[in-house]
Amino acid sequence: MHPQTIHNADLGAYDPLPSILFYDPFKSGLSGWTGLIGNYEDSLDAILPSYRDLRPPMLSNASTWDTGTGGALSGTYAMKLATRPQRSSLSVAVKRHTFRHAGPIRLETYFTFKPEASELKLSETDVHSVGVLFDLQNDNQRVMPHLQYLNAVEGVAQGRWQFKSQSPTFRDIGDSGKTVSHFHLGEEGWQDVPGGGQLLCYNEIASKKNWHYLRVGIDLKTMSFTEFQCNDRHFDVAALAPMSMPAMANLWCMLNVVFFARAGTDKRAFLYLDSVLLSADIPSQGC
Amino acid sequence: MRESHTAIIDRNAEWTDLVETEPYEVSWASEAIFFVRLLDANGDLPAQLAVQISPDGIRWCDEGSLLELDFKRELCFVRVSHFGGWLRLKGEIPSGQRARIITYLTLKE
Repeated sequence: MHPQTIHNADLGAYDPLPSILFYDPFKSGLSGWTGLIGNYEDSLDAILPSYRDLRPPMLSNASTWDTGTGGALSGTYAMKLATRPQRSSLSVAVKRHTFRHAGPIRLETYFTFKPEASELKLSETDVHSVGVLFDLQNDNQRVMPHLQYLNAVEGVAQGRWQFKSQSPTFRDIGDSGKTVSHFHLGEEGWQDVPGGGQLLCYNEIASKKNWHYLRVGIDLKTMSFTEFQCNDRHFDVAALAPMSMPAMANLWCMLNVVFFARAGTDKRAFLYLDSVLLSADIPSQGC
Repeated sequence: MRESHTAIIDRNAEWTDLVETEPYEVSWASEAIFFVRLLDANGDLPAQLAVQISPDGIRWCDEGSLLELDFKRELCFVRVSHFGGWLRLKGEIPSGQRARIITYLTLKE
């Protein structure tokens, strides 16, 4: 092992595996995090309806009308996902990567989520959910581990983590026979993580934000979850299954990471990510 | 090197009647161009969209710049600077007309 020398003091908030694949503190742009679009051929009208209006990420200094700039956990800027002010509206950010070793990876982030502070009300059940997923492919299969924190449904607090293992049906896109699409971010098909109830610090008004630590581990060799932690809770991953499907053309060694936020009411839902770190355990090749 | 970013504010969206683009945070930037690409439109009257700024992303006022939407041109734009933390466009498409558009917000530090 040759652990990467860590020079950035901000990394002290993290506990990475020896090789850092990327560390994005959002102090110099979005670092490759971009909006998600559905697949198309010939016309944008070919995009599946659920993929047509996923709202893109932005850099935010987390300002609110009552206390001004809240900033990030470290520094001024965070990546922000903002939905439309419509029930079920989604905002999604994706970073596209490939892997060089099929072994353990660890995703870490500090995140917080709030509804838009557009009312003088607590509004703690206005965000439906926030989540993270990977989109991975080896020589045999495409695997998409999904996790979400289900915050509230129809104004009723839920406060539990869920995973999704059922793959929606693929649809053909266009006439070439080369393009398909499946909308895997729908509200259906989520299962509760065993023991996955967790009350996160929302605070006392809609404009106060507290940052949460999240860690998700995946083994790219077995394509399975290895660890899942949020703040002080370590969840048992034995029962967590990722979405899995046959390998697809053009996706070899894919290692994509996706974050999303879903509105629970006709009010914008915001997910903020102070920083994101992806690390791996890559054996030394020696001389 | 200066930071830059292009955000897709609307993609293949249909504009009719009142138009308010989604707020986009721009605190880090010092200059911006809204481009509107017309994919398809009916009608031939020009429409105006006002650039709006906001202290909180919730309450808005006109910045003073206007984007002249010309249904005969594929691309229209408006440049703005010194705009604070948020930007959006607000305007009205004349009654009975519609435009299918892509809205780009091109930002530079």
